[in-house]
Amino acid sequence: MELTTWLNELLSDNLIFTPQTLGYYWEGLVTTTQLVFLSLLAGLVLAVPLAIGRSSGRRWISLPIYAYTYVFRGTPLLIQLYLIYYGVVFFDGIQETFLWPMLREAFYPALIAFTLNTAAYTTEIFRGAIKATPRGEIEAARAYGMSQALMMRRIILPSAFRRALPAYGNEVIFMLHASAIASVVTLMDLTGAARFVYARYYAPFEAFLFVAAIYLCLTFAILYFFRFLEKRLLAHLKPA
Amino acid sequence: MLDLHGYGPRLLEGAGVTLQLALLSLLLALVLGLLAASAKMSRSWLLHKTATLYTTVIRGVPDLVLMLLLFFGGQMGLNLLTDLLYDRTGIDLFINLNAFAAGVLTIGFIFGAYMCETFRGAFLAVEHGQIEAGKAYGMSNWLVFRRIRFPQMMRHALPGLSNNWMVLLKTTALVSVIGLSDMVRVAAEASRATHEPFTFLIPVAVIYLMIASVSEWAFARLQKRYNVGFGEH
Repeated sequence: MELTTWLNELLSDNLIFTPQTLGYYWEGLVTTTQLVFLSLLAGLVLAVPLAIGRSSGRRWISLPIYAYTYVFRGTPLLIQLYLIYYGVVFFDGIQETFLWPMLREAFYPALIAFTLNTAAYTTEIFRGAIKATPRGEIEAARAYGMSQALMMRRIILPSAFRRALPAYGNEVIFMLHASAIASVVTLMDLTGAARFVYARYYAPFEAFLFVAAIYLCLTFAILYFFRFLEKRLLAHLKPA
Repeated sequence: MLDLHGYGPRLLEGAGVTLQLALLSLLLALVLGLLAASAKMSRSWLLHKTATLYTTVIRGVPDLVLMLLLFFGGQMGLNLLTDLLYDRTGIDLFINLNAFAAGVLTIGFIFGAYMCETFRGAFLAVEHGQIEAGKAYGMSNWLVFRRIRFPQMMRHALPGLSNNWMVLLKTTALVSVIGLSDMVRVAAEASRATHEPFTFLIPVAVIYLMIASVSEWAFARLQKRYNVGFGEH
């Protein structure tokens, strides 16, 4: 094969990026964004009380939470997704409840799996941040006569959130990348769209390189957003 | 005791595949990581930029996308190359990129980027005076690397390496998507065939936890070894 004809063929392959396929990618982007955003939000809401419980001195509170984070951080997300996707049918009576039409689709099992996964990682991130609270701050709060709850709300959590910010930014990026496996359970997320376009046109480079570029842009957007947040919220920690 | 509907042996084989895959990719990742870290710290502008591009792009794209790209695109690329070879020289060659090789290459390639960052930070943490002392003894660059920089670097790198290994281990589950019969794929197939997902997926999860626990113990021992002379840490 001549190089020129090869080049011509490569260019004629640009027929792949028709408005229709770009539409698939767009829908995939919407699905991925929804999945990642919703699971991060729900995971965050779950993680705050779990992290407080995890740093509690009472072992009957902290141990079960540790078991939860150990299992969810120690096993692949794909296994967790399969367990929920294939396993949800086996909860007695679930097919009669109003939840069933939602759970039957792949989106909600994936959302549940991602939420539980990110909640486990976020719990450990926050727990580390809570543990690193300077003793002086706690003593000062106690000296002011603050109750445990007030101290948690006004002193420990605000400073712990700031300290957790860099690690949490990594977790957000990790979640974006992990969401690619949603395509395995038939969801048409970004990766799902790429796999569809690949299968339809048998064009692996175009299909996957394009989607890789989209992910790269999203990653950088998240990275810069968190850098900006850190600059704003951690300004007091910067060397003068 | 444990009735696995006759899937037991295949599941065990799958666990073997997972372990082999994880260890081989770890090896590749360590080599690539060391090379990339050296490139990043070198004075050559080109090497530095290449390594930076490598680590930035790899860490910005999901593992699964890279794996699909290499598995589906890699075969096509190889075919193009061998076709070209056939047209030019008449040598008829067919290289088959199987799922195992694609898995090892992709996972090794991805984690090479993460290892690079770990190694780079650790190399920078070794005091410069130590290297100067080694040179003053008349050690060659290689000897300084082997006797001074590498062992001390490992002390700083081990926590990061252990972390990367744990993530790598879990990433191996993705090869089931490109058709390799690792334990996740066997378990998923068995779940679909028997409609008993818990029977197969939970043992697989337990095996992952077991491998992780053994690795944690092994890394703790290694850390102790590399911390000799630095007290408890």
